Amino acid sequence: MAVGLPENVFLTQLDAAANWARSNSLWPMPFATACCGIELMATAASRHDIARFGAEVMRFSPRQCDLLIVAGRVVMKMLPVLQRIWLQMPEPKWCISMGACACTGGVFDTYAVVQGCDRFIPVDLYVPGCPPRPEQLLAALIEMQNKIKQTGTLMGSEFGRRTTPTGPSPFDLDELRRAREMQPLVDLEIYTPPTLAEAVQAGAKRV
Amino acid sequence: MFDLAILQSRFGDQITESTFRDNHRIVVPAHSLYPILECLKTEQGFDALMELTAVDYLEYEGATDRYGVVYVLLNTVNSERLIVKTMINPPQLELPSVYPLWKSADWLEREVYDMFGIVFPGHPDLRRILMPEEFTAFPLRKDYPLKGIGERHNFPVITRAES
Amino acid sequence: MPLTQLDTAPPEAADQEFLWTLNFGPQHPATHTTLRLVLTLDGERVVNAVPDIGYLHSGFEKLGEHLDFNQYVTIVDRMNYLSPLANEIAWHNAVEKLLDIELTPRCKVLRTILAELMRMHDHLLNVGTTGLDLGAFTAFLYAFQQRELIYDIVEYASGQRFHTSYTRVGGVLFDVNLDWADKVRSFVKGFRPVYHEIDKLLTRNRIFIERTKGIGVLSQADAINMGATGPIARASGVVRDLRKDEPYLAYADYDFNVICSQGGDCYARYLVRMRELLESIKIIEQAVENIPAGPVNIEAASDVVLPAKPAVYRSIEGLIQHFEVLMPNRGYTVPHEEIYAATESPNGELGFYIVGDGTTRAYRARTRPPSYVHFAMFPQMIRGHLLSDVVAVLGSINIIAAELDR
Repeated sequence: MAVGLPENVFLTQLDAAANWARSNSLWPMPFATACCGIELMATAASRHDIARFGAEVMRFSPRQCDLLIVAGRVVMKMLPVLQRIWLQMPEPKWCISMGACACTGGVFDTYAVVQGCDRFIPVDLYVPGCPPRPEQLLAALIEMQNKIKQTGTLMGSEFGRRTTPTGPSPFDLDELRRAREMQPLVDLEIYTPPTLAEAVQAGAKRV
Repeated sequence: MFDLAILQSRFGDQITESTFRDNHRIVVPAHSLYPILECLKTEQGFDALMELTAVDYLEYEGATDRYGVVYVLLNTVNSERLIVKTMINPPQLELPSVYPLWKSADWLEREVYDMFGIVFPGHPDLRRILMPEEFTAFPLRKDYPLKGIGERHNFPVITRAES
Repeated sequence: MPLTQLDTAPPEAADQEFLWTLNFGPQHPATHTTLRLVLTLDGERVVNAVPDIGYLHSGFEKLGEHLDFNQYVTIVDRMNYLSPLANEIAWHNAVEKLLDIELTPRCKVLRTILAELMRMHDHLLNVGTTGLDLGAFTAFLYAFQQRELIYDIVEYASGQRFHTSYTRVGGVLFDVNLDWADKVRSFVKGFRPVYHEIDKLLTRNRIFIERTKGIGVLSQADAINMGATGPIARASGVVRDLRKDEPYLAYADYDFNVICSQGGDCYARYLVRMRELLESIKIIEQAVENIPAGPVNIEAASDVVLPAKPAVYRSIEGLIQHFEVLMPNRGYTVPHEEIYAATESPNGELGFYIVGDGTTRAYRARTRPPSYVHFAMFPQMIRGHLLSDVVAVLGSINIIAAELDR
């Protein structure tokens, strides 16, 4: 059918339209715990303007947000609160783990700091840095927008398929293996290379 | 004005005094701590308690007692500072609370209790302040490891599919 | 997180049935991060407020027992994250007092300028978020723009905007460039007009005054007894400033006033912080005019400071000294002594109680955090006020959760 469409009508998939709308109006839920929270505020301020990307609406109620930004270290006492806030957010929702402390525990490998919020919360994007510069957070936001545009669906069915946790398991084997490796091994045979005479005798053409 | 002679005449000679850089310090026995602090506050003019903390001398070279509790006093009128230290040993980890003298001791003593396990009878509300209520160990003691003993990761995991 | 029934009984509650409990935090829009208040309310009036903290407790003090003096400065940075360099200066002030190190004049002036810039940093954010919490968004943006300029200055000196880890035992990491002073001068020149704009927005604003005057009053006796220091104590009439009473760095050479007030309410605290911004600019102006020439770290022949890199690569003495300072058991000699040293950080008296044990690691590195002591005064300040005043008072006492919980 050769019907001419006017210029302000275009055909697309529902998924693509939904993704375009969602990615350009991500409402962040700032879970600002520590210093990364200040860089988050600086990203929202006038020099690095997060409003250009549609994300200046930092509604502090989880019921009204779609993007949880875990900015700052997550402490053992705070983790149940973080989990509760994540569960309170309605679908579709994404999570950015901002800063070294939220990604892996950062400088604080102590009795109180969770070594990475991704052990207990599903994370979509990690932003390294201590603290990450606002430009880095904006780059992460753009990356998040691209991810939504490429992998998003209208009904959010891609989320139901993510059944494995994103981060390492809470008590991970790495720690146990590292502890084991730090013990010195007894009766270990150490390889010593042959001397020149031995090698020649064994028939080596080139030494 | 700080006058050591008055304290020594009233509370015995066990009070030792020293000066290091510009810190003026006295070490007092635990049983006469409260009267000494009361005398310092009411008669000698130290009207502000700046700091109350404890040190665990378990791995310290040449230490004779396990815990030292330190009070940093300030005289706001003439800017004089005094550091009062007292030593206590397990199992009698108790010191009278100085909350009746200085209200800033409220949270400072709670933190010492939380981190070291030193109890302050007379404190209005002595419970854990920084660690969760259900935490059982005392973190800043020297026999507690830096990385903890597994409490920090003892939580349920939430995957994306179920949230 | 269960709402525990805390047994601090609310006073003057004749009929307790109409009191209801509201949980404020630990995640809430008043941007003071993770602290929790369990409010007992009678309608809208606060009968009792019980703080519950520890949601950012990261074990700083235990880390201090495992890290070198120069490594721990990275951790101390992260305490009062609104003014990182002020914490570093306070920490190294205490360490240098323990090791009996006298800084070079150039280092003292540089650290003074940076400390005052950090004071402005903290006060600007506090003024901005006071406005933000009460609904005035524009003051926040103006304040943050000036903070970005301060970030630029700090980045030019140390390489990072934030959490610079710039100071070292005996000096700083590296010297500043020749045109750093010009950057500071241009910032100073541009600051006063912006200060007047923020002033015009808030100080005589009818709504701001109604929301902050008479709210959260702290009397002078209470301030001293409860250990208040810094702008909060000065706003209640306690005339104490460590920069004048126990001068450190180069403060004795500069002419500035100590700002005090008799009011003791939120408005007085706001005014004290605003005027302190002007005093800081005055100090920076005087300091940047004559930064002394000379080395910024103490004598290179000492066993505390890393030598300059050209000396390390070209002379054997520099190489040996580099190794001697960095090898774990061959650093500086630390006395087996304990010391308490405090500086006037933007929030109050930030003191460190360091126990040295002969190695280059502190045996105990205790921080005396001003926010911790100030938050304990909060229940008394808020009793009887309305729910919306909780945010105003919380903002005015400048609680920084990382310093509160460490």
